Amino acid sequence: MKDYHDQLHNYNTKPKVMLNRLFYIILLVMTMFSVFVLAILLYTIIRDSWGWFNWDFITSMPSRKAENAGIYSALLGSIWTIGLTALFSIPLGVGTALYLEEYSDKANHINRFIQLNISNLAGIPSIVYGMLGLAVFVRFLAFQRSILSGALTLTLLILPVIIVSSQEAIKSVPTNLKEASYAVGMTKWQTITGVVLPFSIPGILTGSILGVSRAMGEAAPLILVGAAGYINFAPKSVFDAYTTLPIQIFNWTSRPQAEFQKIAAAGILLLLIFLLTSNAIAIVIRNKYQNRID
Amino acid sequence: MEPSKTRKRALHIENIAKRTVFLFSSISVLTTAIVVYILFSESFIFFKEVSIVEFFTSTKWSPTLRPQNFGVLPLLTGTLMIAIGASLIAIPFGLGSAIYLSEYAPKKVRKILKPILEILAGIPSIVYGFFALTVITPLIRVFLPQTQIFNALSASIAVGIMIIPMVASLSEDAMMAVPDSLRKGAYALGSTQLDVVLKVVLPAAISGIGSAFILAISRAIGETMIVAIAAGQSPTFTLNPLNSIQTMTGFMVNISLGDIQHGTIEYQTLFAIGGLLFFMTLSLNILARWIVKKQKEKLG
Repeated sequence: MKDYHDQLHNYNTKPKVMLNRLFYIILLVMTMFSVFVLAILLYTIIRDSWGWFNWDFITSMPSRKAENAGIYSALLGSIWTIGLTALFSIPLGVGTALYLEEYSDKANHINRFIQLNISNLAGIPSIVYGMLGLAVFVRFLAFQRSILSGALTLTLLILPVIIVSSQEAIKSVPTNLKEASYAVGMTKWQTITGVVLPFSIPGILTGSILGVSRAMGEAAPLILVGAAGYINFAPKSVFDAYTTLPIQIFNWTSRPQAEFQKIAAAGILLLLIFLLTSNAIAIVIRNKYQNRID
Repeated sequence: MEPSKTRKRALHIENIAKRTVFLFSSISVLTTAIVVYILFSESFIFFKEVSIVEFFTSTKWSPTLRPQNFGVLPLLTGTLMIAIGASLIAIPFGLGSAIYLSEYAPKKVRKILKPILEILAGIPSIVYGFFALTVITPLIRVFLPQTQIFNALSASIAVGIMIIPMVASLSEDAMMAVPDSLRKGAYALGSTQLDVVLKVVLPAAISGIGSAFILAISRAIGETMIVAIAAGQSPTFTLNPLNSIQTMTGFMVNISLGDIQHGTIEYQTLFAIGGLLFFMTLSLNILARWIVKKQKEKLG
C-alpha cells in the first residue's frame, strides 16, 4: 500500500507535467511540418511560374523553345482521357458497389473473394496497371498508343477507389427507407433507382470526384501505355495519339534548361488548380452530406 | 392472377439489372487474373533466357547495353534506400500527427488540419518530383556539396512527405477506435495525458498502426514519378544515399520512354521487374491486413 502511495505522489511531480508539455509541443511541430511543406510547395510553384503562366501558355502548342511553349495539346489530352475515364469508371464502380451491397449474399464465398480482391487491387502500384494496359489494350486489343488505351488503363486504376466509396455511401442508406419501398411492392432495382441512389448520390459523387482527380494526376501508367511527350495537334478521336498534363510536365522537368523548369512549374500550377478545385468541391459535398446524417 | 404489364416489365428490368451489375463486379476479378497471368507468362519467357541465379545475385544491371547484364540487385538496393528513407520521414511525422489529431487537437483545429492533410494526399507524385528536384536537392547540396544532382536522399524525402498523410490517417483511425473508457480509466488512476497516450492508446492501437507502417513501405516501393525525376537513372550497387541510383519503378519508366519492341528481351525485362514489384507490394499488403485481422480475432 505504501508503494502505491509513493507512486501516486510521484505522478503529480513537476518533471512529469513538463514532459507532458514537451511531448505536446513535439507533436504539434510534427503536425505543422506538413502544413509548412504544403506552403513551401505552393510558394515555389507560384514563384517559379510567375510570368510564364498566362493565356498564351494555355492556348499554345508545345515548342522546342521555352518562350513559345504552351500546354494546349496536353490540356485537351487530359480532358479527353479523363472524360472517357469518368464515363467508364463511374457506372462500372457504382454497379459493382450495388451488386456487392444490394444483390450479393455477403456470407457467400464468391462475394467475399470479390471484396478481398478489390482491397488487393487498391494496393497495387499504379505502374503495374500500366503494364496491364500495355499488354491488354495497346497490344492484345490493338488500340495502340491511343486515348482509348490510356482511359481504359486509368479506369481499372481508379475502379477500386470508386467501388469502395460507393459501397460506403450505399451502406449508409437507412434500412427503413428500403423496407418501405419493398412493402409497397417495388422490385429491388426500383428500390435502388427510387430510394438507394437518390439517398447515396452525394457520397458516390464525392468518391467519384476523388477517384477521377487521382486519374488526372497520374503519369506513370500512361508512360507505359505510350502517352507521347511531344504532341503538337489537338486530338480529334479516341484513337488519336495524345499527351496529358502530368506527362507534359514530366517531359519539361526532365530537360536540363532552367526555362523549362519554369514552364514545368506553370504546368503544375494549371494541374493543381484543377485538382484543388475538384477536391474542394468533393469536401464541400461531403460536409453537407454529413450534416444531413447528423 | 396474371401480373400486370407494368409489373412484368419491372421484373424483366430487374432481371437485366441483376445480371449487369454482377457482370460489372466480375471485371475487378478479371483484372487481377489478367495481371497475374501477364506477369507470369512474360516473366517465364524472360527466365528462359536469363538464369534466375544471375538475376538475383549479379550486381550489374544493363539490359539495354552490350554486354547485357541482368542482375536485379542494384535496382533492389535503390528501391530499398528509397523505402527506408521515406519510412524514416513518414512514420514518425505521420504517427506524431495522428497522435496530435486523435488525442490532443481541439475540434476546431482538427477541422482545419484534416482537409490540409487531405490536400497533401491529393497532390500528384509528379509535383513532389518537381519539388524534390527544385527545392530539396539544392537544400541538401548546401549542407552536403558532394551530393549528386540526382540522388536517392532527395527522392526518398519527397516520397516520405508524400505518404505522411496516409500514415497519419490510418494511424488516427486505429487510435480513434480505442474505447474512451480505457482512457478515462487511466486518467482516474492519475495518469498524465502522456501516460495515457504511451501506455494505453498506442498499445491498444498497435496492430492498426503497424499495418499503417507496412502499407507506407509498400507505397514507397511502388512510387514511381518522384524517383523517375529526382533519383537518377544509374543502376549502381550502392547504399550511399547521396549517389544517383535507379529503382525498379524508375527503370520501368526509363525503358518505356524508349521505343521497345514487343517480344525482345528488353520488353520481357519490363515484365520481370514489374512482376517482382507486384509480388513485393502484394505480400506487404496481405501482411498488413493479416496483422489487423489477427488482432481482431484476439479481441474477439
